[in-house]
Amino acid sequence: MAFGAFSNVDAPVVDAPRRRSRAALWLLLPGVVYLGATYLAPLVSLIVTSLKAPDLVNYDIGRYLYAFDIGNYATVLGEYWPIILRSFEYAAIATVAALLISYPLAYFIGVVLRRYPLWQALALILVIAPFFMSFLLRTLAWKAIFADEGPVVGFLQHLNVLGANAHLNGTPFMVIFGLTYNFIPFMALPIYTSLERLDLRLLEAGADLYANPASTFFRVTLPLSLPGVVSGTLLTFIPATGDYVNASPQFLGSTQTTMIGNVISDTYFNLSDYPSSAALSIVLMVLILIPVGIYLSLTKTEDLL
Amino acid sequence: MSGLAEGAVLGRLEEAPRPLKRPRARRGNWGVAFYSIVILVLLLIPIGYTIVFSFNIPARTNVSWRGFSLDNWSTLLSDPRVVAAFGSSILVGVVATLVAAALGTAIAIALVRFRFRFRTGLTLLLFLPMATPEVVLGSGLGSQFLNIGVDKGIATTIIAHIMFCISFVVITVRARVASLDPAIEEAGRDLYATPGQVWWRITFPLLLPGIVAAALLSFALSFDDFIITAFVSGNFETFPKYIYTAAVRAIPAQANVFASIIFLLAIVVVLASQFSAAARRRKLAREG
Amino acid sequence: MAGALDDSGADLELVGITKRFPGFTAIENLNLTIPAGSFFALLGPSGCGKTTTLRLVAGLETPTAGRILIGGKDVTDSKPHQRPVNTVFQSYALFPHMTVLRNVAFGLYRRGVSNPLGLAHEALRLVELDHLAGRRPAQLSGGQQQRVALARAIVNKPALLLLDEPLGALDLKLRRQMQLELKSIQDDVGLTFLHVTHDQEEAMTMADTVAVMNRGEIEQMGAPEELYELPKTAFVANFLGQSNLFTGNVVSSTATSIVVDIAGTKLEVPRDRAQRHSGVVTIGVRPEKLTLLTEKPASASGVNVLGPGTVTDVSFSGVSTQYLVEVPGVGTITVFAQNMVFGPVVNRGSEVWVSWTVDHGFGLADEQGVSPRFDPDDGPGEV
Repeated sequence: MAFGAFSNVDAPVVDAPRRRSRAALWLLLPGVVYLGATYLAPLVSLIVTSLKAPDLVNYDIGRYLYAFDIGNYATVLGEYWPIILRSFEYAAIATVAALLISYPLAYFIGVVLRRYPLWQALALILVIAPFFMSFLLRTLAWKAIFADEGPVVGFLQHLNVLGANAHLNGTPFMVIFGLTYNFIPFMALPIYTSLERLDLRLLEAGADLYANPASTFFRVTLPLSLPGVVSGTLLTFIPATGDYVNASPQFLGSTQTTMIGNVISDTYFNLSDYPSSAALSIVLMVLILIPVGIYLSLTKTEDLL
Repeated sequence: MSGLAEGAVLGRLEEAPRPLKRPRARRGNWGVAFYSIVILVLLLIPIGYTIVFSFNIPARTNVSWRGFSLDNWSTLLSDPRVVAAFGSSILVGVVATLVAAALGTAIAIALVRFRFRFRTGLTLLLFLPMATPEVVLGSGLGSQFLNIGVDKGIATTIIAHIMFCISFVVITVRARVASLDPAIEEAGRDLYATPGQVWWRITFPLLLPGIVAAALLSFALSFDDFIITAFVSGNFETFPKYIYTAAVRAIPAQANVFASIIFLLAIVVVLASQFSAAARRRKLAREG
Repeated sequence: MAGALDDSGADLELVGITKRFPGFTAIENLNLTIPAGSFFALLGPSGCGKTTTLRLVAGLETPTAGRILIGGKDVTDSKPHQRPVNTVFQSYALFPHMTVLRNVAFGLYRRGVSNPLGLAHEALRLVELDHLAGRRPAQLSGGQQQRVALARAIVNKPALLLLDEPLGALDLKLRRQMQLELKSIQDDVGLTFLHVTHDQEEAMTMADTVAVMNRGEIEQMGAPEELYELPKTAFVANFLGQSNLFTGNVVSSTATSIVVDIAGTKLEVPRDRAQRHSGVVTIGVRPEKLTLLTEKPASASGVNVLGPGTVTDVSFSGVSTQYLVEVPGVGTITVFAQNMVFGPVVNRGSEVWVSWTVDHGFGLADEQGVSPRFDPDDGPGEV
């Protein structure tokens, strides 16, 4: 899977039979137990928490009793379904935007730059460079650049694209912009990996058979880079739906752009409404599992990691 | 954000790719080249902004440029809260990386070299944390700590960080293990090395590049993590957490300085590793 | 920890060895003794179990049943690092992160032998690679890596040296050269060599004793000439070189020979060269033992004749020419004729007879083609 495509895929794989041994147990046990306790158990915890009810006897903020209150889900869905919708909408737009922006970039690095390995390595470093700086600071930088008093707004107002009192920060546009920006490397790199292995002779054959370069692209290049596109899409869409930094008012959003992540966080921290927060988390998880599940059913397990 | 495979590419850069064929220069390629340069510049704008503003003349807020000054850099350690947050992130990163590297390497070796049941289940268990939104991971662990009655702090933070790093370590190291000829370890055993000696003198040194790449990746993921940390750290403040809360009012320029230092260090490390790999290749080509 | 013997190698005994993997049995009840100081070849096709046998002796696999004795000592339960055995692997398996010198000295260091580097240099001199002692394996050619692997094993003076198809990756010329070198090294150092290969020419050139292995069993064992001139099973007859095999009924016998009816012609085979003396038997003769005649020869005692037949193919291959002769009722007979003159002796379409000395024929213990002994070669690799 292209999650693994991030790692060193150029090393040749040595085909060797596996042995059966007790050693495997000792090697696997610590990690498996750890993940079971820190990933699986919390999921169960979330479900349990989502079903809790307020302690009406010793009522206090944040106090809940174990219960089986499925009504929590109904409440939470009823109240927040527009936000859920909005989150998926923002994430989808950001994913598509990231795809459209990243694909040519990946093509450039993976195909055009093959001639110049040194430049190729440099370009790759530039693509991943953002990872080396805190994404919070980067988002704040955008906030400053797009501030009402800033250069961009001023420039656009000068061109009469924006009105005198218009602002960019706090708009859905800004949130989606922030999301897209953050995820360009996640989209570009898997696509790059796919394209980098593309045998260019196939493109030449296409050029011979279909004189039209556009045709060659759609019928040869694009289908062959599809695994990378799928991975990049998953790697972008899943975190984007749950993001709450971009959408929060301190950063690029406003109270109008709340996403599901913001709600989960707010209900958890500000309201101590753990059941609602947990219920929303479960809802988000379930919704995410739909595309993930489709992906899993189409991929062999060996290729997953 | 601090998303799924942030920095996983550090492993990717271990070996520069071998070209299959060189494309002829075409007019279309120039268009793509120009476009890509524009995009790359855009990608780096916020980074440049952050670094530039670390050189701003200090004042209460750091949003408008007043002039060039090295004051922030020289008074780097003056704001105790920033320093503490930065140090905390480093500490959490180092500890979480060490543990995740150990657990993950063990799993990677088992995955490649051994036959066992429940392989599918294990693969799923390793895959799912990467496909789960961070709010879910964070609120889940947060709820769990709450239900058990554990106080949140540095320990819970480290526990959480180890969790989301393991899968990435496994992916990175696994590729490296798979590229190792098992006959090499058998040769070690054949040549009178005990299992312990085989591990320390043969396997571990050969896996080391993969483990280092995994460790760098793990550290990057941990250092930059905000969302999960927010849910599990209680009052313990990491660097991203500090930035988030400080963003309401104003972020002291020292934060910019710290971030710039990490960035420049990382760039230097990556460039150095690329150059040394290239130099090694040239040396081998010359002598061999 | 292993105390390598200082003398010239030791006996290897495999007693009742069985090895089962999930899904199939690689070796069933194998018994084998290899005398000390000999160059022994284990020969067989892919999947016959020869590599498994090697790994069992090295300790890299444990037998499902049976015992392994080296120099009389039972090592079945010993780990590889406790056995006085060293292996030259098919992929050489040199340690990529160590220099050539360190590679060769590795075993010596583990055993705490004094002057490890000095001994390593000596071993490298033996394979004429001392000048490359400071290089890394990646900087060496295939042939050089193979010699380093050899030096790395030999320097430990093991009781038994195992070679797992070590010459497979080398080109023809280099392979021939290495075959001679290995043989001479074994003569010099006097170790017991167990060489596993599928190349029958290699086995016959280098080994004192060859064991032909098929499907987990040893079909025949002996000196190369013996195996070649007197194969006992159809597999050996076909695996070592080529054979012309004929199946028919034994119609009569004398004190010294049996007579078999092949499509009307009576062919004689010496009794002591036939494994079975009655019923339906398969007999054979090697193609190079046949003489091509353009006229029907007069019958003589001690000579078998088949024919007339038609030459259907003539293939020139430098030293010899291969003729295919179609004899009605019998089948296709292959004849190798040394090119004593220029050009083929007969042309396609000619009518010919083939003859051979009775003493050159042999009789097999089984019938050809009864049970296909080769598994189709679609497995993941050597067993």
